Amino acid sequence: MNELFWRAAAARYRRNRPALVAAWTLLAILAFCLIGPALAPHSYDETFDASVKAAPSLQTHPDAQEAHQALARIAARLHAQIDAEAIDEEGARVTISAERPIDLRSLAYFERSGSFAAAQVIASANEGKRLELSAPLRPQRFLFGADANGRDLLVRMMVAGRVSLLVAALGSSVALAIGVIYGAVAGYVGGRVDMAMMRLVDILYALPFIFFVILLVVFFGRHFALIFVAIGAIEWLDMARIVRGQTLSLKRQEFVAAAQALGLTRIAILRRHILPNLAGTVTAYLALLAPRVILLESFLSFLGLGVQEPLTSLGVLVAEGAHNIEDAPFLLILPATLLSLLLFCLNFIGDGLREALDPRGR
Amino acid sequence: MTGLILRRIASAIPTLFIVITLAFFLMRAAPGGPFNLARPLDPAVMANLQKLYRLDEPLWRQYLAYLTGLAHGDLGPSFFWRDFTVAQLFAKALPISAMLGAAAISAALILGGLAGALAAASRGGPLDLALTTLASLGLTVPNFVVAPLLQLVLGLWLRWLPVGGWGEGDWRHLLLPVFTLALPQIAAVARLTRAAMIEALAAPPSRTLRAYGLSSALILRHAFRAALMPVLSYLGPAAAALMTGSIVVESIFGIPGVGRYFVDGALNRDYPLVMGAVVVVACLIVALNLVVDIAYAFVDPRVRHE
Repeated sequence: MNELFWRAAAARYRRNRPALVAAWTLLAILAFCLIGPALAPHSYDETFDASVKAAPSLQTHPDAQEAHQALARIAARLHAQIDAEAIDEEGARVTISAERPIDLRSLAYFERSGSFAAAQVIASANEGKRLELSAPLRPQRFLFGADANGRDLLVRMMVAGRVSLLVAALGSSVALAIGVIYGAVAGYVGGRVDMAMMRLVDILYALPFIFFVILLVVFFGRHFALIFVAIGAIEWLDMARIVRGQTLSLKRQEFVAAAQALGLTRIAILRRHILPNLAGTVTAYLALLAPRVILLESFLSFLGLGVQEPLTSLGVLVAEGAHNIEDAPFLLILPATLLSLLLFCLNFIGDGLREALDPRGR
Repeated sequence: MTGLILRRIASAIPTLFIVITLAFFLMRAAPGGPFNLARPLDPAVMANLQKLYRLDEPLWRQYLAYLTGLAHGDLGPSFFWRDFTVAQLFAKALPISAMLGAAAISAALILGGLAGALAAASRGGPLDLALTTLASLGLTVPNFVVAPLLQLVLGLWLRWLPVGGWGEGDWRHLLLPVFTLALPQIAAVARLTRAAMIEALAAPPSRTLRAYGLSSALILRHAFRAALMPVLSYLGPAAAALMTGSIVVESIFGIPGVGRYFVDGALNRDYPLVMGAVVVVACLIVALNLVVDIAYAFVDPRVRHE
């Protein structure tokens, strides 16, 4: 397949309005997920106790009410009681007292809560059993709200998107490698070898899909990378069938006969003549495979078999959102929207590519 | 007809056999065993359990024993739900899943077929565009996104329908899970029907009917019948997948179907339960493919006269 073919295909793709919009949207999602976390003020596993399930808004957190609750939690951790407190925009001044002298190191709880910066001791009385403290507020913005553990949903969605995209890339590559080689060999060699190889594919199809997936998870443990390789190892079946079919029709073409007449080896013919001619079909199918892999990973994560905390994926976020629909529906709606948008874009791109690259459309 | 059915069943037996064998040995190859609990069992208890369930015998003996049991219709005891046999578990859960699946498939066939035919009849128009966009939306959005969103909007905000539970088969409890299950199928059927209808409308028979001056409604009816073929061959495997339970839909809506047996069985290494699930699914696939073949004969006179 030459440069001309690809240029013509690109022109055909550009004329396809929905596919073009989908491609730009996908680029935007890519930028959001890949660059976003570097620009965001929080990390994906940073918790802010005061902002649990804070709704999406431009407001800063903690507000006076949340700061009050945060102080109460910190005091409880210090085994101290609050005698007086005053909260303004800048920070909190609080007087706490306990039965035993308060260890100054335990004041780290102020910083750890995520709501305050390090607390300063203004006055200490009663042998350190009574402290007057000033703790500046650390204002935080949660544009997309915060999850049930007080983590920034915006950053978590970016990281989840990264995981899903990585899964798509890894899983599709594995499926691509296995499927193309398997299908091309079966199709080109033909005869009994082909029959045996395709029979195996049929049998693997007949095994209940979910049983297969879960078994692989059981085999490989809950390791990030291995699960995706396993997903790829399942998804190659369709690819193998498509590639085999294409190879069967390619090998009857004159140029293959010519190559055979010139004495090329089978492997050389496969590499130089068959595989490059498969590129169009395979590319188009690849774009349709990617959303399936993402979906499968999300599904596994939804069941709790995929990515483990604190790392996250879109499936995990949707599952968490589904548990919190009563008091924080945005936790479901926002990740669900991103996941659907991503899948939608990939499907449209896949359809567009198929139309642009389909040999029958030439 | 009887000959066709018998031949079909006979040709399915080797596939079933290979699937069962593969599943048996794959399951056993997975690390861990059914009684490796977080707190290890007393060795004597363990030995007794192993003996009771014949796990101490060589693998090929266990395999033969399983096949023998299967030939007698015995799926064995469940290792995890100790008081039940696998057959009892399925007898309780399968009808529930099958009912949901059957309802979803009927909805898919009726609504999807209708939408596809409408889209094909108004090809290129605004209705076509709207229906095809809806169909790709239905195919794209995964069920574990659709289900909680439906619960949120119809259950919690509008309070029209219960959020979950089985409710002894009350239809209000069925509505959301059936719709969630059916949505991607409706979309898929609509797409298939539309494509097949367009092809059938362009084919020589339709052209002839048009040349004879038949009304377009009548031509559409003929084309629809021809378009049913690919839809039927899609619905066979899809129905098998639906009727054997959707893990996601059943877990979200809290329905006591068979879907969870796959996950729980594999995670608990409940070998007979997993094998039972595999056998049930494989048999259903065979059975439904058979149904599809028979349906072919009804729809397509050429098949009938063969």
